[in-house]
Formats: sequence, C-alpha cells, structure tokens
Amino acid sequence: MLVEFFLCLRKHRVPCTLRELLDLINALKKQVIFADVDAFYTLSRLILVKDEVHYDKFDRAFAEYFDNVQSVDLFDESIPENWLRKEFEKHLSAAEKAQLEAMGGLEKLLETLKERLKEQQKRHAGGNKWVGTGGTSPFGAYGYNPEGIRIGQDGNRSFRAVKVWDKREFRNFDADTEMGTRNMKLALRKLRKFARTGASDELDLDKTIQFTAQNAGMLDIHMRPERHNAVNVLVFFDVGGSMDEHIQSVESLFSAMHSEFKHLEFFYFHNCIYEGVWKDNKRRYKESVDVMEVLNHYGRGYKVIFVGDATMGPYEITYPGGSVEHQNQESGQVWMNRVLNHFDKSIWLNPQPEQYWSYHHSIGIIKSLMSDNMFPLTLDGISQGIKQLT
Amino acid sequence: MKFTGTDSYIANKDLQLAVNAAIILEKPLLIKGEPGTGKTMLAEELAKVLGTDLIQWHIKSTTKAQQGLYEYDAVSRLRDSQLGDKKVYDIANYIIKGKMWQAFTAEKRVVLLIDEIDKADIEFPNDLLLELDKMEFYVNETRERIVAKQRPIVIITSNNEKELPDAFLRRCFFHYIQFPTVDEMQSIIDVHYPNVKQKLVKQALEVFFATRDVNGLKKKPSTSELLDWLKLLMVEDISPEYLHDKHSKGGLMPMFGALLKNEQDVSLLEKLAFMSRR
Repeated sequence: MLVEFFLCLRKHRVPCTLRELLDLINALKKQVIFADVDAFYTLSRLILVKDEVHYDKFDRAFAEYFDNVQSVDLFDESIPENWLRKEFEKHLSAAEKAQLEAMGGLEKLLETLKERLKEQQKRHAGGNKWVGTGGTSPFGAYGYNPEGIRIGQDGNRSFRAVKVWDKREFRNFDADTEMGTRNMKLALRKLRKFARTGASDELDLDKTIQFTAQNAGMLDIHMRPERHNAVNVLVFFDVGGSMDEHIQSVESLFSAMHSEFKHLEFFYFHNCIYEGVWKDNKRRYKESVDVMEVLNHYGRGYKVIFVGDATMGPYEITYPGGSVEHQNQESGQVWMNRVLNHFDKSIWLNPQPEQYWSYHHSIGIIKSLMSDNMFPLTLDGISQGIKQLT
Repeated sequence: MKFTGTDSYIANKDLQLAVNAAIILEKPLLIKGEPGTGKTMLAEELAKVLGTDLIQWHIKSTTKAQQGLYEYDAVSRLRDSQLGDKKVYDIANYIIKGKMWQAFTAEKRVVLLIDEIDKADIEFPNDLLLELDKMEFYVNETRERIVAKQRPIVIITSNNEKELPDAFLRRCFFHYIQFPTVDEMQSIIDVHYPNVKQKLVKQALEVFFATRDVNGLKKKPSTSELLDWLKLLMVEDISPEYLHDKHSKGGLMPMFGALLKNEQDVSLLEKLAFMSRR
C-alpha cells in the first residue's frame, strides 16, 4: 500500500526517493503513530517532503490517493447515533431530505446502513473495510460520501468535512506560481560563482603551515584574497506597451536582482533589441547607448538575461524598419544574434504565462533565436533559467 | 521521552509528532518557518523538557563544517615550538573540540541545535553529510575515530535564504512551522502573560492579524513582535477601548514601533489609515 502511495506522490512530481520511503516504513514499524490518518498525513509529509514548496503537490497527491481508499469504522460503540444523524443532515439539501422521507426516513436508512456494515464486518475479519465512493448502495445517493466525509479513528472520533490535505493551505508555496521578491532572491541565489580576486587580506593558514614546515620552522606567512560571488550579470528589460500589465512581477524581479548581484548592469529596450538601448527610461530618446558599445564594454563572461513578453508583430523582429518606434537599418533579428553570439550564456524570462506562448508568433521566433532558452517569469522558470546560466 | 510542548512553549500536534518522530528514529529534524515562529526556542525547550544539555552551534556566513568537528590550532603550536614548550610534542594538545564533537561524546543524549544553517556557505551542509548520517568522524591529526556514544537529537533551523542540497535533505526530517492561528496565538499569549486582560488580548490580536493581512508589508510582524507589543500595551496601560477606537477609525496602532520594523511599512500603514479615515 505504501509503495502505491509512494508512486502516487512521484506521479504528482513530489521529489521523494527510496531512502525516504524506507524511513517512513521504519517510522511505522517503530509505531511513531498508530492508526490515525491525520497523523499519518503529518508523518509522511515530515519524512517525504523536504521543502514547503512541495507541500501543495503533496496535498494533492495525498487527496488523490486517499479519496480512493477511505478507512471507515462505523458504528463502533463510541459513536453516538444521534450525533451521526446530525452530521448526515448537515450534508443534505432540502430536496434530498424530502426524498429521504419517501424512503422511510433517516431512521430506516441508518438501520439499513448499520446492517450492511455488520455484514461487511463479518465477511472481513478485523472490522475495517475500505469503502469506495459511488456504487449502487443507497447511501451514495443521499450524500453519504460526496465530499469524502471520513469517520476516522482518532480519539475524539471527529468528523472533518474538509480534510487538512484538501484545504491546500500551502498552495502559495507551489513553485509554479508567481512569487514575491524574497522568493525570487532565493531562486537567483543559485547563480553563484565564488572566486578569489582582489587584495590578499586573508591569512592562508594551510599554505603558511606548509611553507613554514618546508622552511624548517621559520615562519613564512602566506596571504590570499577573500572569496566572494564573482558572477557578472547583464539584464535587458523590455519597457512600455504590452509590458505594462506585467509591471509588478518585473519590478519584484528587478529589486531581487539588485540586492542579489554585486556586479549587475541593466539596460532597457522596447519590444526587441535594435542598435540602441538606454539606461534611464525617462531620457530614453536623448541618452541611448549603442549596443555595439555594450558588446565591446562587457566581456563574454557576463550572464545575459532578457526580460520581456516578446509579444509584438513578427516584422518587428524579422524586417529592417520594422520597429514601432524608429526606422531601424537592420532587423531586430540581426541585433539579437549579435548580442547572443557575443555572450556565452543568455536566457529570456517571459512574464507571459507559458500556456499562451504558442498563440503569439513573435514569441516562437524569439524562442528559436534564443535556442529555446526562454523561461516563464515564475519561481520555477527563474530557477530553470538560472540553471541554464550556470 | 515524549515531547508535548512545555509551560512556556506551545507546540501544535504536527510539531509534536515531528519532534517525537525525530527522537525515536534518531534523525536530524530540519525546521523552517517565518522568522519569529519559535524555531530556535524549540531546541531550548526540548532540552529543558528532556532534562538534558543543549549544545548550540550558531552558523555564520564564515562558519566551516570542520569547525563543528574540531580545529587544529597550528599557530599556537608553532609559537610553543619556538618557545621550547614540552606541550608541543603531543598534537592532541592543539586539537580544539567543536560543537559536534562535544555532542557526540556527552554523557547524556543531548540536544544539538544547528541554528540558521542557511547562513553558511552553499557547500556547508554537504560537508556534514557523513557526520550527521553515521554520527562519527575521523581526526586526521591524532588518527582517532570519534563515534557518538549515543546519537544526539539534532535540530536544524533554516530561514530559507539558501536552498539546501538534496543529499542533505534526504537525511533529515522536515517540518515547516506555519504561522499560528488566532486560537494558537491566544494560548501562546496565555502562557507568556497569564495576567493580561482578555479583552485587551482579543483586541490586540484583531489588530495584529489585520496588520499581517495588509498586502505589501516588507516584514510581517510575527509572534515575538506581538508579545513585545502586548507587553508595551500592558506597561502603558492602554485600554482595549482605546485600541479598538484607533483601529476602527483609522490611525496607526499605539506603540506601532514594536510591530513594524521598517519605515516603509509604517508609512504604508499610515497611508492606508489616512485613506480609511476619509
């Protein structure tokens, strides 16, 4: 049973491994919990999921798996019958109640249910029976289990109309959703390249010892520079026009990047890269910077990130003079290729949701220009993109 | 040995189960959550309940994994050698035990807190894989193997600043402390300030959770800030009615400095308050 549960989790792309499954089995063996679905939920999440980002996927997988197998231990002595009845009525609409009356009232229905369950108990030694939803029993028709009500085995025998895993409290953590600055920073942090450059101001103890020893005990001090993140990033932001609706996500990306990278340079462009980009959006017509100059100034080691929706007329990319703002001598495509050929690694982050990409011809063109290195501006997309850059 | 929270620390069911599972199965427990939800407190309280020592290892950006095991003080040995000290012939005199060594060789099963592991270098957790897994390590200088007498209860906290490597995560149990609900918050306050007026608490909680719900706050106030704020309210003897008036008519809450730690947040709330007044 656990193996199937495990496979179900894998199907929902919760990253869990065999080792964790073995841990879970071990935990059950040691009786950390006993016959308690809620506790099992917590325990399995504790052991199998290692990041709150995956909690939502886990919840969904758990719901899928346990909707099919629901433990029912009805009519144990400790369930007061009138309380059970009240619980039933809560879930019935007026029409259903009327229908119920026609069937001989709830009294009778409960009676039948009780008998039915007793029969099952006899046939299945042990007393628990996995009851599925649906089927031909009259109980299904009267809303006995439309929302998967469980009569569980915890101490207080409580019903819970909505189970923990159905609440999906961790939906916000799911990596596929768009996120705030903090989380973007997290994603960007992966882009790191430690290097020792600059002034030597740290005592290199190992080397000092080694050389002192070789010097027969005479002190021979060696220094080295401190380590720091030496990654250089160059960002091109698309501004204006269709980008206006994505302003918030781009802003948070911008502030996340700003605090994350020491060596960060950014330029603005509109729709597609042509011969000029600019640093200050207010003075864009006066103070544009030649792209050729940019290419000459920044070495090929810079990691390049384009941020833009790439939503425009296809001619803006492919034809000279296609720009909506000015008469460009060479097509955007030529300029894009120039930039891409200069730098080793580059990606395009697109705030447009990925499922709409196929409806815009221009996105397809840019994507192929980027040799498919286009990622959605979501936490997941950024992570993937950063992986591509490193 | 079962952990159910203490007089001064409220742990919900999930957290209790997580801690107990980690104790029984002898696995490190990785705790994440918003700042101020009591991650570090957990280890302190756990040690108190179990009546054992707490060994705290606070991680900084410069901390190396090796420092948790042992350090070899080469410089003082060098100095001693030039002074002709007899000590110098035994290398063991210059081995300084780290926190993990202390935890491994303690008489009782101790609680080892590795605090804010995400502050360290990205490779830091990877360097501890074997030590956490097998609870043993090898001292190169003296050629001795240090094996844990009994596996310490390891609590690791993280603020999510860096992603931890998969191999490390696979060796831990993971629990995310969610922000307390209103009821849980109520019982946390009861534990800390048993004599506070209930009316004031109710009002304060209302203001607190409303503040947390404001969109765009840079730093949402958390439990520890709420407790500080309540204390201030009590000291200043602010009446629940006054608090209520302030809140419903618009205006910053009294003593807002305890809740909001960022001037942009203060000005944001001021603006909102101003808008609701009109």
